[in-house]
Amino acid sequence: MKALHEIKPAAANATPLDVERIRRDFPILRQRVHGKPLVYLDNAATAQKPQAVIDAIQRYYSEENSNIHRGVHTLSEKATEAYEGARSKVKEFLGASSARETIFVRGSTEGINLVAQSYGRAFLREGDEIVISAMEHHSNIVPWQMLCGQVGARLRVVPINHDGEMLIDEYARLLGPKTRFVSVAHVSNALGTVNPVKQIVEMAHAHNAPVLVDGAQAAPHMKVDVRELGCDFYVFSGHKLYGPTGIGVLYGREGLLEAMPPYQGGGDMISLVTFEKTHYNSLPYKFEAGTPHIAGGIGLGAAIDYINGVGIDRVAAYEQELLAYATRSLLAIDRLRIIGTAREKASVLSFVLDGVHAHDIGTILDREGVAIRAGHHCAMPVMQRFGVPATARASFACYNNREEIDTLVRAIGKVSEVFK
Amino acid sequence: MSELSDLYQEVILDHNRSPRNFKKLEDADRKADGYNPLCGDQITVYVKLENGVIGEVSFQGSGCAISKASASMMTASLKGKTVEEADAMFDRVHKMLTGGSSPAVDAEELGKLAALSGVSNFPARVKCATLSWHTLRSALKGERVASTE
Repeated sequence: MKALHEIKPAAANATPLDVERIRRDFPILRQRVHGKPLVYLDNAATAQKPQAVIDAIQRYYSEENSNIHRGVHTLSEKATEAYEGARSKVKEFLGASSARETIFVRGSTEGINLVAQSYGRAFLREGDEIVISAMEHHSNIVPWQMLCGQVGARLRVVPINHDGEMLIDEYARLLGPKTRFVSVAHVSNALGTVNPVKQIVEMAHAHNAPVLVDGAQAAPHMKVDVRELGCDFYVFSGHKLYGPTGIGVLYGREGLLEAMPPYQGGGDMISLVTFEKTHYNSLPYKFEAGTPHIAGGIGLGAAIDYINGVGIDRVAAYEQELLAYATRSLLAIDRLRIIGTAREKASVLSFVLDGVHAHDIGTILDREGVAIRAGHHCAMPVMQRFGVPATARASFACYNNREEIDTLVRAIGKVSEVFK
Repeated sequence: MSELSDLYQEVILDHNRSPRNFKKLEDADRKADGYNPLCGDQITVYVKLENGVIGEVSFQGSGCAISKASASMMTASLKGKTVEEADAMFDRVHKMLTGGSSPAVDAEELGKLAALSGVSNFPARVKCATLSWHTLRSALKGERVASTE
């Protein structure tokens, strides 16, 4: 039987995305910055929130606020229902088999740390190898380095080519009997590269190594189906998906999560506590110690409803078109070079201007109302790979339009005027 | 556009294009590395001291126009100053960068360094302009590493 989410996109694709209507859903987009209309192109850092998400959070605090999973009173029941309802939405959104496989965390970073510390410390030993790629965000490097230091494992890094694509042959060479874990980005935050995750997973599984996919930059831009990808763990952050900050999701295969020890101890993650022994709660609560970010979970649920309403496949198609338009427009600018030219890309355009540091670009663009990110994008090894100290990065969401790209191009023109 | 042209004055663009004292000092007796973890800027400042007086000072590294120009102008203004004078100068520059003084007084007391006063309208860029000064202070104190954080 086909799940609902597999049927929906075909219908959604029939009509193109109405970007002007979508823009009206995001109140922040109405504001002016330095007297100019805000052009928000820093979506890879965090996305803006639709009114529906803001309303859901406000409604929770003004009408339902209460602690979950323990109160017998009406408000607690309402809050629990809303929070667990959000979990079910996440489960559908990711195509997970069960809501027990979707754990609420603070964000992608915490999800990766949870797996590194829980799975990693329980199952990795001295001499084991963990494979990551050269395009990872610091959050998919440092937790594994910490684990390596704790258990004596070794970090192996798959190199990337000059377009910013992972070298699959090199990856194949790195995989072997010592490989005990693979962790890769679905989409690179600094380059926009979409990795061939399904293939990466199949190759790792041939060596019995589980795979974590960092979906922070993918989940807002394309249909994610964890069973289709075949991955063992998948993480994403709510705030990049039009939801609130401080909430994210770790998906894990039930069998693996069952075998893993808890990450943190506390309330809600136990079923029975005595001073002699504690019995842990069942999934997903075993990994959710303490009062969670209830409003965040509910807000994320509202964000998923919003995306489902627009249609994620329609978002993906629209953003691809916008990225192609932006790429063409920027390539026409003198002295500009795009960093990250993979065949498969999503919503990220990193660039450098000869003789101008990214920070200066960022400041001048800001005065034109254009918000971009300038810096190393928490991916310093990527910057080293391309021999640049920093890049300017424009990143897109479903509410961006062609006029905003034109404004970006004009603003870069101002940079060239200042730095003649 | 006026705040922008205040920030990117011709003298700053000139120091960015052709930074002064942009070299390694082989016989430096003080040296420190500075990092701005926010943006990845990094700089090394070299100092040659002669009886408590700055004989030579130079820098190397990579950064934005503001950090490079500030470092260049700093090195150009320090020769012959005592360690105490250099320290006081940093305090004075910091006051200017954070908007704590008037342009007329800046020009009088800081001379060419007053060209950086436009930074005060861009709070996010203050750290770019102070990185070289923080690094200098570390070098003079005999510390190896400075950070703007």
